[in-house]
Amino acid sequence: MTLTDSPLADLVETEVLERVLHEALRRGGDFAEIFAEDRASCGIFLDDGKVEELSSGRDRGAGIRVISNETTGFAHTADLSEKGLLQAAEAAAAVAREGGGGGGVRQAALSRQTPAPRTGVKKLPSSIPKSAKVELLLRADDAARSTGGAITQVSAGYGDSRRRILVANSGGLLTADDRVRTQVRLTCVASGDGGLQTGFQTLAFTLGHEIFDDHPVEEVAERAAQRAIAKLTARPAPSGVLPVVIKSGSGGFLFHEACGHGLEADHVLKDSSVYAGRLGQVVASRGVTLVDDGSLAPQWGSLAIDDEGRPTQRNVLIEDGVLSDYMWDYLRARKEGRTSSGNGRRQSYQDLPMVRMTNTFLLAGEEDPDEIVSQTPNGVYVAQLGGGQVNTATGDFVFGMTEAYLIENGRITAPLRNANLIGNGPDVLSKIDAIGNDLEMCSGTCGKDGQSVPVGCGQPTLRVTGITIGGTAGA
Amino acid sequence: MPELLELARRLAEQATGGEEVEVYVARSRETSIRVFEGAIEQLTAAESAGVGVRVISAGKQGFSYVGALDEAAGTEALGEARDNAGFATADERVGLASPDGVDPPTLELWREELVRFPTDDKVELALELERHVRGGDPRIRQVVSSDYVDGLGESAIATSRGIEVTSRRTGCYLFVHAVAGDGNDTQTGFGYSVGRAPADLDVEAAANDAVDRATRLLGARKGKSAKLTAVLDRRVTAALLAILSGTLSGEEVAKGRSLFEGRIGEQVGVGDLTLFDDPTNPLAYGASRYDAEGLACRHNSLIEGGELKGFLYDTYAGRLAGTSSTGSAVRGGFRTTPSVGARALSLLPGKQDQPEIVATVSEGVLVQSITGVHSGVNRVSGDFSVGAEGLMIRGGELAEPVREVTIASTIQRMLQHIVAIGSDVEWLPGAATGVTLAVDDIAMSGA
Repeated sequence: MTLTDSPLADLVETEVLERVLHEALRRGGDFAEIFAEDRASCGIFLDDGKVEELSSGRDRGAGIRVISNETTGFAHTADLSEKGLLQAAEAAAAVAREGGGGGGVRQAALSRQTPAPRTGVKKLPSSIPKSAKVELLLRADDAARSTGGAITQVSAGYGDSRRRILVANSGGLLTADDRVRTQVRLTCVASGDGGLQTGFQTLAFTLGHEIFDDHPVEEVAERAAQRAIAKLTARPAPSGVLPVVIKSGSGGFLFHEACGHGLEADHVLKDSSVYAGRLGQVVASRGVTLVDDGSLAPQWGSLAIDDEGRPTQRNVLIEDGVLSDYMWDYLRARKEGRTSSGNGRRQSYQDLPMVRMTNTFLLAGEEDPDEIVSQTPNGVYVAQLGGGQVNTATGDFVFGMTEAYLIENGRITAPLRNANLIGNGPDVLSKIDAIGNDLEMCSGTCGKDGQSVPVGCGQPTLRVTGITIGGTAGA
Repeated sequence: MPELLELARRLAEQATGGEEVEVYVARSRETSIRVFEGAIEQLTAAESAGVGVRVISAGKQGFSYVGALDEAAGTEALGEARDNAGFATADERVGLASPDGVDPPTLELWREELVRFPTDDKVELALELERHVRGGDPRIRQVVSSDYVDGLGESAIATSRGIEVTSRRTGCYLFVHAVAGDGNDTQTGFGYSVGRAPADLDVEAAANDAVDRATRLLGARKGKSAKLTAVLDRRVTAALLAILSGTLSGEEVAKGRSLFEGRIGEQVGVGDLTLFDDPTNPLAYGASRYDAEGLACRHNSLIEGGELKGFLYDTYAGRLAGTSSTGSAVRGGFRTTPSVGARALSLLPGKQDQPEIVATVSEGVLVQSITGVHSGVNRVSGDFSVGAEGLMIRGGELAEPVREVTIASTIQRMLQHIVAIGSDVEWLPGAATGVTLAVDDIAMSGA
């Protein structure tokens, strides 16, 4: 195998793709697809003041699926020769026989779709010297440590990747995408009389190295450091139900968990979502509009096409409180006789696609964020949320507050130690009573069924009239 | 497997003077089957292989991997790792493991039965699991997925410091996700069974587990906020131990990121608390002959009678702390470098089983599952706050189900407030063993 930067079209010739698709459907099945990928990545890790390691890797391969009625067969190979692809096609097709139906379908001749343009990447990772990438982390380390003497430990990670994909299927589709992502992550530890506290901040876009021109790493580092320092005087979070004001930005993850996952068609079609059968019904407060938009460059969850070759688009899921649609991939859309919404994604060529979110956010309202706080006599102000988890069948979710404060008499006061929030998706959506005019996006990683994909999230500052705060202090 | 070691050796031999090279070569084969409503929904046959190379030169480490198993690609990865090493900060403590004379335990983790197990029989196991769950209780409304997954993994490590080891293992599991309904109420339950060969799998136990977990939560309401005793089910304890293992990493301790820093010899928990990592025990799912740097795995004592005894180290962490590796290097595959981790964390079991422990609790909650472990537990500060569901305990009896509550404390406090450790050891997938654990003075937050 040679590690060149050849265009993906050269990776597998069109005639080979056609022969492999033909082989995949030779003994049955009604749909076949080849997903080929070439991924180059670089990661640098700085810890304890030292660049511990620079790592790089290369993955190339193809996943082939054959669908027959309700049954999907899947196999993958790192061998992109015709022989390797034919073997994978045969393995995937073996399952389709069990699925029974649809034998003898002939695939259409492949016709190339105009490859979607890259999202304006100016500085490809491969064009940046490794020393410049290392330099970024050293600067971040310096900046974090200069924030205050209480900072005792800094770890910083840099990552970039270029992922070129090709999708060809028996419907005649042949398309490609070229995805470049760059990120930096900072974790700071501050030490004080009350023990150790941590602060975290990340910067991530579907772009190249130019993200650091607009967003200096020093700012990212200082933000993480300030967070850790602020928590040194934090008191235990309250225990019980309180009004909560969630600052614009990372709060978007709450909606990603609280309702986004429940709007994925695979959960809905298996009746394992609280939102199944509720299209057209009021599921949230008036003024709540939830959108998933994979075409929103250069956010972290942006894609020109999804991993099934479908162009991404703006999908309105909840409009002014009313459930308007779910998110769809090819397989689930086909079942319902409709088209995919461009939400079919997979972690790598070694995985089957499924319904996934891209960039999910709540649209801005009209209120002044400061007024939302001042009109809240008592409660909790959540400035940063960490990860979370949801049970789509019940709607129950949890969420970690990684930067939060008490609100007393309409003012933000004492910092709080980390704690989880717990709530129920439909319940929280109906308790939103104020929406700010300050929509902000942020980045994260979404895990589902063992696969991780980059996603964007966002929301304006908003207030929920009551969420359970899982602290230890009497509320 | 000889060819894996052969490839690793040929690449490691390319080390030049003054340079240390470690080559990790791995190959795996996995079958994954999901059934739904009596038919195969998806079947995946997957093979993956690759090489990960670490190069250390003048105290600087570089790493590169390639998802292919040929010498040319491996040589390219070696060149890339060598180049990467030039950009690290020099640190004389960075280095590969040296053979330390400790013999590996005798363990046979490979089962030919699994290699020969026909695909049709795998499908049948998943179907049987789904049937058992659907027939398990009239209130089971849906079986979202019933999965059979197995894997065969082989690996070899060769280094320029003279380490040459090979490992191989088989594993298989069944996993089912059930939804129970009663009127408008919906609850979910997961059940699983795990083993090294199909004969280890217990379809009925996995099915009953999922059915019980889903149905016994029907009618659950949000509990009321209270201070009480939490009785953690075995799986919950295992999740808690997995989190705790991060605080016992010698690297995190040496870098000032653990709540246990500087506390060796202190009484960090109750007298009944004894915690160790023992990958030499063949019953542990994480059992292993060698660690990820090629040293023998061994029994490591962490807490004894409540006293903090030691931490886990790989070669680098050992040097940071002025001690040596405890054979505790783990790695996620050929795409990542080794790091410190536990493989088989266990608590020394007590004398009572779960029903006996519940009978001693006047006011508490039996926690059946927790959520938000990664967002709600901070290994540095010790803050602990997770979502929970389960059954209330009143006067030693299980009472009404609760959901949408959190339980909170700090790790430091919880270790001092353990009131019972169960006798009911369950060997679970992952790096920790399950046992019922009762902890008092827990803040439950709800309505």
